[in-house]
Amino acid sequence: MVVIKSVTCPICGSLCDDIELTIENNEVVKVKNGCALCESKFLGYKGEHRIKTPMIRKNGKLVPVSLDEAIHKAAEILANANYPILYGWSSTSCEAQRIGVELAEEIGGVLDNTAVVCHGPSILSVQEVGIPTCTLGQIRHRADLIIYWGCDPWSAHPRHLERYTAFTEGRFEQSDWKSYIQKVKATAGKKKIDSALRRGVVKRPKAQSLRQYELVNPPPPTLMKEGRKIIVVDVRKSMTAEMADYFIQVEPNKDYEVMQAIRALIRDQELDVDKVGGVPVEYLEEVADAMVNCNFGVIFFGMGLTQSAGKFRNIDVAISLLRDLNKRTKFVIMPMRGHFNVTGSNVVFTWQSGYPFGVDFSLGYPRYNPGETTSVDILLRGESDATLVIAADPGATFPRRAVEHMAKTPLIVIDPHMNATAMLGDVVIPSAFVGIEAEGTAYRMDHVPLPLKKVVEPPQGILSDEEILRRILEEVRAIKAKKMVKVEAA
Amino acid sequence: MVQQKLRVTLLTGRTIEQGVGKEQGKSSQEYFEACSTVYMDEEDMKKLGIKNNTNVLVSTPHGSVVLKAVKHPRGSMPGIIYIPYGPWANAIVDDSTTSIGMPSFKGTPAEVEPAPDKPILSMEELLKNLYGK
Repeated sequence: MVVIKSVTCPICGSLCDDIELTIENNEVVKVKNGCALCESKFLGYKGEHRIKTPMIRKNGKLVPVSLDEAIHKAAEILANANYPILYGWSSTSCEAQRIGVELAEEIGGVLDNTAVVCHGPSILSVQEVGIPTCTLGQIRHRADLIIYWGCDPWSAHPRHLERYTAFTEGRFEQSDWKSYIQKVKATAGKKKIDSALRRGVVKRPKAQSLRQYELVNPPPPTLMKEGRKIIVVDVRKSMTAEMADYFIQVEPNKDYEVMQAIRALIRDQELDVDKVGGVPVEYLEEVADAMVNCNFGVIFFGMGLTQSAGKFRNIDVAISLLRDLNKRTKFVIMPMRGHFNVTGSNVVFTWQSGYPFGVDFSLGYPRYNPGETTSVDILLRGESDATLVIAADPGATFPRRAVEHMAKTPLIVIDPHMNATAMLGDVVIPSAFVGIEAEGTAYRMDHVPLPLKKVVEPPQGILSDEEILRRILEEVRAIKAKKMVKVEAA
Repeated sequence: MVQQKLRVTLLTGRTIEQGVGKEQGKSSQEYFEACSTVYMDEEDMKKLGIKNNTNVLVSTPHGSVVLKAVKHPRGSMPGIIYIPYGPWANAIVDDSTTSIGMPSFKGTPAEVEPAPDKPILSMEELLKNLYGK
């Protein structure tokens, strides 16, 4: 039995690097410090859903083949394709991503990562207006106002609050954990009293005097408290909203209007409407007050902004709001990146090609035009003639019509698990789990690179993404060289 | 009065159950149960005359899919339905990328109608149905 400390968790963009794993007989048997997702992955990765051998579709069915055959078939498809898409890259290491860029350039394909259906709009906006941001360590030690807009870290980044924001003990800001526990106890107490009143066990107290209502629209007590505060803005009451000091429920597709209204309010302009995006203006005034009066604020935003109407314009206005706020106090903003190394794929693609996603090598040099060179658009237009998917599952995450075209053309899938894309695949190559069975580097959501550890050996015959891609690249080069010889001979 | 159909706005997104399911493996039972669910407002469910865990047919101009209706656990969200990310949700979302590469995963107009007798397709059945593979 071995205990390995400081393991980086390869799931979400938080990249918690304090996980303790107990290993017995080349298997993870105990996980310490992890969240529900972390435990599910480290304890469940070896389960029945693993792809056991390489497979090729023959007569409509996936049949097991040797690794050499699968790699040769994949290379053949890629070498003969005119306009292939190489998609995914977000759940693998930077080292594998780097070979991906080489492969895309070699075959003149389109290199795209999951940011395109995630924070692609955020990147577009950052390229237009810039981003005032910092590392999560700064936020942990200094932030006294934390705003989660259109994101639900409790579900998608479960330890984000505990490690980086309100519930962590910072050097200059205390953890808000105790106040949250008190709130939970108070809510439970109130429920008990309500229940007793309903059942008639105790008598209903007399109606409260009017004095309490004399103060028109008092700010909520939770926003008047000392110390760290969390505000959540969302279209539904998420779990994170339940934990927040203040929750604002916006109508779907109305974030842009609400943010513009807050911009007006922090410039002391009056709004001549009662509600914006379904939110009473008084509520927005309270948020604007809290923003202006904090010492160090941060806005974390998620898919609620990037996937709703307006898309990258929502991020534009969020960053503009930051610019306004920074005239009054200190504020930063950060996208809540989903896959553990989606940030890494943007970084690697940018340093190799100049562009973060949707990079088109078909003209022999990198070109980037989101809406034209991005994978969903290419699939919807039916232009691609082959797809390689690695470390992602567009079969489950792309809209139906895009998947339809992907399934019609030859599809190569490299993944440890049998997912929707692998079920549709024509060549399926199993790979080792990066961060469990293979080492590498990943970038956290704040662009801090962290090492991923190899804690157990992969199953026999299963290679890492990096090795599989290297072999496919070698094979592609060999096929192309043979073609050249034939052309020259003719 | 009980309505036959309800017009709503479809949102898709993450839930912790979907996250746990996807890490177990996308062909797992956990993933199937997490993603073939539609969260609805309690009052909207009353309008349709359905109880928790009744199957419903959710339709948009882009397709339709049978899912299990579950009461949204916190707060109210009238006129909004929420389906966790997955092949079921993506069978019906708006695919227009408004020329920036990103489909409209949130805010698609949709209709919900009770379908207690229609079965929810497993991932394999759904893929076979949609893509013939």
